[in-house]
Formats: sequence, structure tokens, C-alpha cells
Amino acid sequence: MTTDGADLAKRRFLTNTTAVIGAVGAGFVAVPFLSSWAPSERAKTAGAPVEVDISKLVEGQLLTVEWRGKPVWLIKRSDQNLKDLPTLDDMLRDPASENDQQPVYAQNPTRSIKPNVVVMVGICTHLGCSPSYRPDMGAADLGGADWKGGFFCPCHGSKFDLAGRVYQGVPAPLNLEIPPHFYKSDRTILIGEDGGAA
Amino acid sequence: MFKSLMTWVDDRFPATKMWNEHLAEYYAPKNFNFWYFFGSLALMVLVIQIVSGLFLTMHYKPDGAMAFASVEYIMRDVPYGWLIRYIHSTGATAFFVVVYLHMFRGLMYGSFKKPRELVWLFGMFIYLALMAEAFMGYLLPWGQMSFWGAQVIISLFGALPIIGEPLTLWIRGDFVISDATLNRFFALHVIALPLVLIGLVVAHILALHEVGSNNPEGIEIKKHKDENGIPLDGIPFHPYYSVKDIVGVIVFLFFFALVLFFAPEGGGYLLEHANFIPSDPLKTPEHIAPVWYFTPFYAILRAVPDKLMGVIAMGGAIVVLFLLPWIDQCKVKSIRYRGISFKILLVVFVISFVALGRLGMLPATPFLTLLAQIFSVLYFGFFIALYFTSKNEKTKPVPERITK
Repeated sequence: MTTDGADLAKRRFLTNTTAVIGAVGAGFVAVPFLSSWAPSERAKTAGAPVEVDISKLVEGQLLTVEWRGKPVWLIKRSDQNLKDLPTLDDMLRDPASENDQQPVYAQNPTRSIKPNVVVMVGICTHLGCSPSYRPDMGAADLGGADWKGGFFCPCHGSKFDLAGRVYQGVPAPLNLEIPPHFYKSDRTILIGEDGGAA
Repeated sequence: MFKSLMTWVDDRFPATKMWNEHLAEYYAPKNFNFWYFFGSLALMVLVIQIVSGLFLTMHYKPDGAMAFASVEYIMRDVPYGWLIRYIHSTGATAFFVVVYLHMFRGLMYGSFKKPRELVWLFGMFIYLALMAEAFMGYLLPWGQMSFWGAQVIISLFGALPIIGEPLTLWIRGDFVISDATLNRFFALHVIALPLVLIGLVVAHILALHEVGSNNPEGIEIKKHKDENGIPLDGIPFHPYYSVKDIVGVIVFLFFFALVLFFAPEGGGYLLEHANFIPSDPLKTPEHIAPVWYFTPFYAILRAVPDKLMGVIAMGGAIVVLFLLPWIDQCKVKSIRYRGISFKILLVVFVISFVALGRLGMLPATPFLTLLAQIFSVLYFGFFIALYFTSKNEKTKPVPERITK
């Protein structure tokens, strides 16, 4: 390229502005492509609420239903289970459910609307595995006599109690999520909406 | 006739020039040993994967409702489909075996050191792209392990503060792993990442041929050249090493065929048993573990009892490898002339890596977690100790020339 009598400063200015404008243009072109990875309209509308009949749920039983593609658990806890919950507080990260993992109506010692039946999303807050239900009290592999029933995640060893509260010293940082839900009647729970309660 | 044709081509395209530059007149040190098979083998496995993968896409369906069945269809109904699929799955394992040995060679003989830092960096990016490629490929059979493995790995990004959750949503394209995730992983696995890999391999080889190959002695052969500018201790890659590498290829293919025909599932380590069950978003398999080539990093992740710190440790275990050329400050390249401290550190590092690899396959009991924590410390300890000892290492004198 000849530089005879050329205004090099102007040439450099033009080169730089062209490069910057080109980069900005490329940035705009990237938007539709990157946006196309966001959940589609179809995926967004697929999260319809689920109605569950709990009249046949017996004490200690865990019922799994699918909501937004995730497992949601409904468990009927015994009165003994409920008495055990406060005794575990010292071993938990967030015993009073202070982190925003539940609707306000489930921010109580049992993390539920009615004390016995709890509804939670069965996805570990660590890396998204579904923990196994371990109601067997005193299980030797889970801490022996201190184990009052709860959940154990096979992936990375996180432990939760029967209210989905996470133990200390495990990888999961938060309590299990409580989805929005409400009692449509004494027998049925609707998961995915809270009936105006929140 | 052929000669005039080549002249005609050479006037229009640098065919002979490229052949000479990279093969017939690329002078490699004359003392390559066993460890120097793995570069060319990696290239061959890449070709095996591209060809077998291409044919798999002709029968596979990247659709959440059809993927699992289409893989079974390939296994049972497509003529020789089982063979093509097993070639591809065995090839994935072979790729990592070859690449790990290739990397160990570099570590041992100091092949990452000046002036080969970029060769090492391109190589590390190949390794990274390969891990992404393998991870996305593993989702495609849409079995239980595919699903939950992807669920765990994508959730890793969720550990990042603020952007974590939106980022995982963006990667999955849905609130859970779903058809959208499968479809985009398929696109990345068969188009984007192979293109990136090929580009990086070209860069890796071009950078290598610019600076010249290292060798088991760690001597720069370019220091002593004859009157024509040819290194005195160099021999042309073709025919000397092209022929040597054919021997390596034959031995390699022997072992490859052994796995392919007699143990394609590798006892559940190459194709995990749980992956023969269709994916079920409501139930995590009792024991989930990644395929063997990811387990060392997975063990590090599990060893840390904190979500974000665990993810950082796991990422750090890979990032630290990138920095190796600047961590190891010893001027002597080859282990043959390095001090005892390096030899001890390297042994500890290899033991830690293998032990972490084994621990990552096993369930997380308190005792095994403790072991994983010890070996994770040793893994990082290698780099820290190397940084501090390598500068003042007691080395042996390195000969000027490659003898014999």
C-alpha cells in the first residue's frame, strides 16, 4: 500500500472506525442466534398446574408427580416425624427456612400448609439429581441413631430431612424447593398455583 | 505423465510444497520412542470418529421421543449398525486413552516448554473441545445416564453467582433437560465441535512444525545444522516416522478391535449399564458416575463440600494444566536430566490422577470422600510444588547432541 502523501492518521481512524462498526454489526447479528437458545414459547406454556388426590396417601408414603418436567414429591409425615424435626435444627444449614426456597405459606417449621403433608420439588439443590427417599430411622449409612428419616442424594451425598431442609457439611447449599401449591379441597392439592395465597 | 500433472497442479496449488514442509522434509529428531506414537494415533482416532459418527447420523433421530429407540434400532436392525455404533463408542474411550498418554509424554519430556508453549495451549484447547464433544455425545443415546449426567454437568453452571440460573436455562432451552437440549447438543456434537476440533488440530500441527518436535532427550536439534540447514540429528518425518507410526497403528488397532468385539461395554465403564434404560426425568439412577475419562475431575468436584467452591476446584484442575509452561520454570526439558524433586512430583501427580479417576467412579462414602480430598490436595500440590522447586532444581548436564 502506498503511503506517499497519505494522511496516515486519517487512514488509521478510518480503519479503526470500520472495525468497530463491523464488530457492533456482528454483535447485533449474534442476538437472534443466541436468543434462539432461550426456552421456546412451547416450552414456556408447558408448565400447566397439576392436580393431585392425596386422600389415599398413607403415613410414610411418598408420591411422585411430574410438574414442569420435574419430580414433585408429596409425603405424609407421621406425628413422630413432626416431633423429630425441631431436634435436627443444630445439624442443618437453614433450619428456619430463611432462604427463598419456598412460598411464604410454607415458611414454617414443617415447611408445609398442613403440618403432615409436605410438597417439594424432588431435585437436589446441588447439581440437580433426584435424591432417594430414606424414611428408615437410624440408617447406619446415614449417621445411625441421628438419622430421623429424610433424603439422600446418591450423586454427591447431600442429605435432607423430612421437611427438605439440607444438612450441614454436604455439597447442596439450599433446602429443597417447595413449589407453589394450595388445597383445592381436603382431598386434592393443586401444584403450580397458590390460589391467591401468596 | 504423473510428473507433468504434478507440475501443472503445483503451478496452481502448493501440493508438493505442503507435502515437503510437513512430511518429506519435516525433520524430526531421530530418537523418538514409544511415547511418540500417540500424536499420530490421536489423529487417526479423530478420523475414525468422524467417519463412524457420520454414518450414525444417517440412522439416529435427535428427538426426545425417538432418540433412545433409534439407537436400539441401530443396534438391532441396521445392517452392521451395532458395529458402527460400537466403533464410535469405543473410539471415544480410545481418544481419551491416546490423548492422556500424549499429554503425559509432554509432561515427562517437557514438550510444553519454550518455544512450544502454543503447541501445548492448542493441545489443551483440543482436550477441552474433546471433553465438550464427548459430554454432548453422551447425551444422544437418551438413556438414564445420558439424562442425569447432563443434568449434573449443566447444573455446574448454576453454581455461578447471579448469571448461573439464567445460564443453565439458556443452555438447556427448557426448565429441565428436554428435547430442546437433546436437539441442540446433537447439532453441536455433529457440526460445531468437530469443526472446532479440526481447526485446533491444524493449528496444533502448524505450531509444532514451526518450532520443531521435542524428543526424549529434550535437546533442540535445530541448534546443530549441516551446510544445507538440515538438523544433524533430524530425519525426515516421511518415510522414517510415517513407517514407524504404521507399526503403532497396527498394534493400536489390535487392542481397539479387542475391546470393540469382546468388551464394547467395558464392564459398564465404557457404556454404563444405566444407559440401557430410557431416560426418566423423575428418577435418578441409584449410582451415577461419569464415563471414566471425566472421573478425576468429578472426584475433585465431589471432594469439596461447597457447591461453588467445588465447581471452581473442578474448573481450576483443568485451567492449571493450561498454565503449565509458566508453572514449570526449569530450563531442562526432559525427565532424563531433571532433578529428583521433579521425578517424585510427577509420580505423585500420576498416582493422584489415577486414584481420583478411580474414586470418581465409586459412591461417595465418608471414607472415600476423605481419600478424594487428600488426592485433590496432592493434584494441586503438584503444580504448587513444581512452581517453587522447578526454578532451583538440581539438574544433570544436558548433552549438546543426540548421541548414537
